[in-house]
Amino acid sequence: MPASSLNAEILKQDFPLLGRTVRGGKKLVYLDSGATSQKPTQVLEAERDFYENHNAAAHRGAHQLAEEATEAFEGAREVVASFIGAQTREVIFTKSATESLNLVAYSLSAAESPIQWRPGDEVLLTEMEHHANLIPWQELSKRTGAHLRFIPVTDDGELDLTDIDTLINEKTRILSFTHASNVLGTVNPVRRLADLAHAVGAIVVLDACQSVPHEAVDVTALGIDLMAFSGHKMLGPTGVGVLWGRFEILESMPPFLTGGSMIEVVTLESATYSLPPKRFEAGVPNMAQAVGLAAAIGYLQDVGMHAIARHEEDLVTSAIAQLETMPGVTVLGPAGPRGGALSFLVDGIHPHDVGQVLDDDGIAVRVGHHCAWPLMRRFGVAATTRATFYLYNTHEDVTSLISGIRRAQEFFGTSS
Amino acid sequence: MNLEKMYQEIILDHYKHPQFKNLAPMVSGGVEVHHINPTCGDEVTLRAQVVDGVIESVTWDGLGCSISQASTSVMAGLAQGATVENALELTAQFLLLMQGKGVSTDADEILEDGIAFAGVAQYPARVKCALLGWMALKDAITREPGEINE
Repeated sequence: MPASSLNAEILKQDFPLLGRTVRGGKKLVYLDSGATSQKPTQVLEAERDFYENHNAAAHRGAHQLAEEATEAFEGAREVVASFIGAQTREVIFTKSATESLNLVAYSLSAAESPIQWRPGDEVLLTEMEHHANLIPWQELSKRTGAHLRFIPVTDDGELDLTDIDTLINEKTRILSFTHASNVLGTVNPVRRLADLAHAVGAIVVLDACQSVPHEAVDVTALGIDLMAFSGHKMLGPTGVGVLWGRFEILESMPPFLTGGSMIEVVTLESATYSLPPKRFEAGVPNMAQAVGLAAAIGYLQDVGMHAIARHEEDLVTSAIAQLETMPGVTVLGPAGPRGGALSFLVDGIHPHDVGQVLDDDGIAVRVGHHCAWPLMRRFGVAATTRATFYLYNTHEDVTSLISGIRRAQEFFGTSS
Repeated sequence: MNLEKMYQEIILDHYKHPQFKNLAPMVSGGVEVHHINPTCGDEVTLRAQVVDGVIESVTWDGLGCSISQASTSVMAGLAQGATVENALELTAQFLLLMQGKGVSTDADEILEDGIAFAGVAQYPARVKCALLGWMALKDAITREPGEINE
C-alpha cells in the first residue's frame, strides 16, 4: 500500500463496533471520532493480553509478574515518546488530556511553582479553547491573581493575530492553546506563537487532542514546552491520557497528585519526590490502558500518519464541497487547510433536531456546544452539528451525512 | 420507534407557532427564572405571576431545539390560570411521562397536548430538552413572589 493512500473499507473490518447496526437495523455511520474514536481489535487484544498474562502492580514487588507489568508499562511509554519525537522520561501517563492540563495549571500555580507570580501577570489563551483548556486556567487565575487574556477568533474561524504583539508581552507567563480546534477544524500556527511567547519568557502549553490522533506531530519541531492529548481519541482505551513536557520544565514543576510511586524518601513530616515522569504518576498506574494506547499507536503507524491525514483531508474537503452547495447550510471554520472537525448550521433546524434525524438514519454526529461554549457565543449560536472523520470513515459515510441533512430539511419543511 | 412517532404533528406545530413566547413586563409580585441545559446550551427565561395560589400568567422566551421549545409552549398553555397545586401535579405527571414510568389513567385528559411527548421518553438524551420549560415552571411557582433568579 503506498504511503499516501489507505483503504478505509478494509481498516473498518478491524473495528468490531463499526460492524453493528443501530436504531432498528440501520448501518452505523460513525462521525463522532472527535469525541471518542472506536477501537480496533488489536487494541482490545493488547489490553486483554495484559490482564490475562502480565497483570501486577508496576514498579512494585520483586516477582516476575511485577517485572513484566513494569516492562509493559515502561514499554508503552517508549512507544508514545517515539511517536511524538520525545525523550521517554518526558512522557507522563495521566487518566486523560483533561487531567494533563489540570496537572500543568495546578503545578504552575502551586507553592513551589517555577513561576514566581507577580501582580499583573497574564495567561494567554484563545477564544476557541475546549473547556478543558479554559477552566483549569480560570482556577489558576483565582489562585495566582493572573489575568486571563484571549487571542480573538476571526469570522473565518482563524486566530486573529492582528494584536498578537500586545497580547504576548512581558507580563505573559503562560501561553496555552489548541493545536486544532475541536469545533472549527482550524489548525493554529503553533511554531510562530510558541516563538513569540518564548521571546518574552512564557511557558507554552499545547492542547493536542485533535492533532496527535490525526497527523504526525513532533514536539521538537513545534517548539513548545508542554503538550496534552488523550488516548481514547486515537484508537486507544479510555482512562489514559498523556502529558509531554520538556524535561527541564517538568523537573522544575512540583507534583499534582501525591502518594505512592512518586516519592524518594518519606518521613511522617515530609517527603521528597522522584524525578519526572514518576513524580507525576502517583498510585498504581493505568498499565493496561497505557499498553492499549501503545497498541493503538502501533496500529496508526502501520497505516501511516501521513496517509491518515491525507485521507481525512480528502473526506472533509469533499464534505465541505457538498455542504456548500446545499441551500440553508452554513459551514463554520476555515476553508482550508484544516483539521477534520466539521461544524455546520442548518437554517431553521436546531442542531439537536438535525442530530436526531441523522441518528434515525444510523448516523452518529455530535450536537451542542462541544465543550467550547465561549466559541459558540463568539459565533452567535447556541450549538452546532459536528461531524468528525477518522481513518475508518469512507466517502460513502460522507454521502450518508449529506443525504441525512437533506432528509432533516425535508422533515422539518425547510428545504426549498 | 421512528422519527414521526417522536416528532408528532402537535410538537412540530408548537415549535413553529410557540404559545406565550413573549415575555410579559415584570410586575410587582412576579417571578422570573432562567434555566439552562448545560449539556446543549438550550435556555429558557420564564416569568410567572401567581396571585392567591393561582397562576395568572406564564410567559417565556428561549432558545433551543424543537422538543424544548414545543414542550415549553405546551406547558405555558396548560399553566395559564391553573392553581399552583394543579400545575405541580401536571409537572409531576409530565415527569413520569418522560421517565417512561407510565402515567395516571386520566393523563391524556390533564396533559392534553403534553401527551404528544410520550415518544421522547424513548430517547434519553432528549428527555432533558422536554423538561427544560417544565422545570422552569416548577421553580418559578414555588418561589417567593418578586424573586428574579439567574
